[in-house]
Amino acid sequence: MGAVIENTTINGKPNQDIFSATLQELATIDKSIVAVTSDSRGSGKLVKFGADLPEQIVEIGIAEQNLVGVAAGLASAGKKAFAVSPACFLTARALEQIKNDVAYSNNPVRLIGISAGVSYGALGSTHHSLHDFAVLRAINNLIIAAPADNFETREAVKQAVKTNQPLYLRFGKKAMPALTDDENISFEFGKGRVIKEGDDLTIIATGETVYPALQAAEKLEQEQGIKAAVVSMHTIKPFDAELVLRLAEKTGAIITVEEHSIYGGLGEACASLLLANGYHKPFKIMGIPDEYTVTGSQTEIFNHYGLSADGIALAVTKLLVKQ
Amino acid sequence: MRNMIAENELIAKSVNYRKKILKYIVGAKAGHTGGSLSCVDILNVLYNSVLNVSPDNFTSPDRDRYIQSKGHCVEALYVVLADKGFFPEDDLNTLCQYKSHYIGHPTRKVHGVEQNTGALGHGLPISVGTALAAKMDNKAYRVFTLLGDGELPEGSNWEAALTAAHYKLDNLCAIIDNNKLQITGSNAEVCNTAPIDTKFESFDWAVKHVDGHDIKALNEAFAALPFEKGKPSLIIAHTIKGKGISFMENSVKWHHGVPDKEQYETAIAELDEVMTGAN
Repeated sequence: MGAVIENTTINGKPNQDIFSATLQELATIDKSIVAVTSDSRGSGKLVKFGADLPEQIVEIGIAEQNLVGVAAGLASAGKKAFAVSPACFLTARALEQIKNDVAYSNNPVRLIGISAGVSYGALGSTHHSLHDFAVLRAINNLIIAAPADNFETREAVKQAVKTNQPLYLRFGKKAMPALTDDENISFEFGKGRVIKEGDDLTIIATGETVYPALQAAEKLEQEQGIKAAVVSMHTIKPFDAELVLRLAEKTGAIITVEEHSIYGGLGEACASLLLANGYHKPFKIMGIPDEYTVTGSQTEIFNHYGLSADGIALAVTKLLVKQ
Repeated sequence: MRNMIAENELIAKSVNYRKKILKYIVGAKAGHTGGSLSCVDILNVLYNSVLNVSPDNFTSPDRDRYIQSKGHCVEALYVVLADKGFFPEDDLNTLCQYKSHYIGHPTRKVHGVEQNTGALGHGLPISVGTALAAKMDNKAYRVFTLLGDGELPEGSNWEAALTAAHYKLDNLCAIIDNNKLQITGSNAEVCNTAPIDTKFESFDWAVKHVDGHDIKALNEAFAALPFEKGKPSLIIAHTIKGKGISFMENSVKWHHGVPDKEQYETAIAELDEVMTGAN
């Protein structure tokens, strides 16, 4: 593992910016790439894409069911369609279109959920997507991924173009630091990335909670000598069962962290896997509890629900006491 | 140019299609009888004199597309596809049986089916995307979608209608199988969608009415496409649910009613009378 970037100065960009820049770079070469938006090119950072590649952007307007249906039609005719829409609406309002027109019909639409999780913070629960992993996990033939940093985002978009299978990627609005400066790391859908090694416990996080999880692990090591492994589980489905079982065996205890309801997401995917394989060891799911979220920025909401470095570190120490 | 099949031959085909629809629904003990009988003349004309699609060119990106939004009337689609040689007709003996690919709604497991449908309000948005791709690629293929009048309350239809007009998709033709009945009763009672024509016209579609059982009129309507350059076309095909079988016509109970042995024999006899000119 390479050295972890420790300081809190954000040296990266928002993943949405990386998504749009990478997509535009690829679309300039591959003319079959089409961005399909629901009056969302501003929040999807696709204004430049639309200006530079006007033949490769389709505006649907605020109509998410139609957005996904049209994208499915485009995909069926050979377009690499990226349907870009706020994650909350894309995965709730157009759920039946995702299920039938995309996944069941195997039209390889790339569904891009922007401003995901609690990125819209103060705009409230109508605009939070804390259900998307849960509902999409139950749909067959769909890759579900939440890249954590700019590297994962760039690689996910590149692979989304190459992978001729329906998939869902979720991105947030906040600038994201690099998780590691290791140049030898790789990214592959379905394969979690071990960001930090450790023997005492494993923290499995996804999306934008990986960074506070990593900070928590650093803090635990420096302050208490606790060595926690940290995994960026960027792909929720297909799930990297082999990695989780190996780390469960090695470290014993597991904590999962996600910007999602505690129901139906990363945590429950891990829990069912562990139970099905006979592991009955200390385990905790960290996420948004079963309530409509408090008002605030993404950071404030993370802090409120203990999804901060301090909150995760505290949860780790409590869990290890139980062990 | 496609080889046009003579109208009298198409009329004979329609009678045969109706007999087969009934046969396989009876065999499956399941199916959407009324709606399959109301839309089958439209499918007949589409597949036999309009669509540039066949088992030989089905993988060609230049083929015409037919997407059946009213997926429940799959029996009509299956018998027409079998007749066109997409698969052996005997396969339909497995209709709706355990592990059969010939399930009760269109599935791409069946050769010739473009999209999996069945949930309503999906066909038009997918068709819009497919027609849009043709425009973007400067391809000449056309996209046809069959909607039921009962599925029009689904909002996704109206979202797609806006988009089709916005992108001036004159390579898109939607056909409404306007049999005026749905599972609960008449459209007028359940959710009145009339007047359909002025609604679509106000969305900037070009609209024509046609008798959906008149082969000649259907042929003429399809030959006139696009009705206006730069506009998507809508054919409101006035049909009769259960058309062709006297005791099924305009009866809600045949929405997915399955004939018993006696009813089946009566129905076949009626269709035979049409064929022999006794009617």
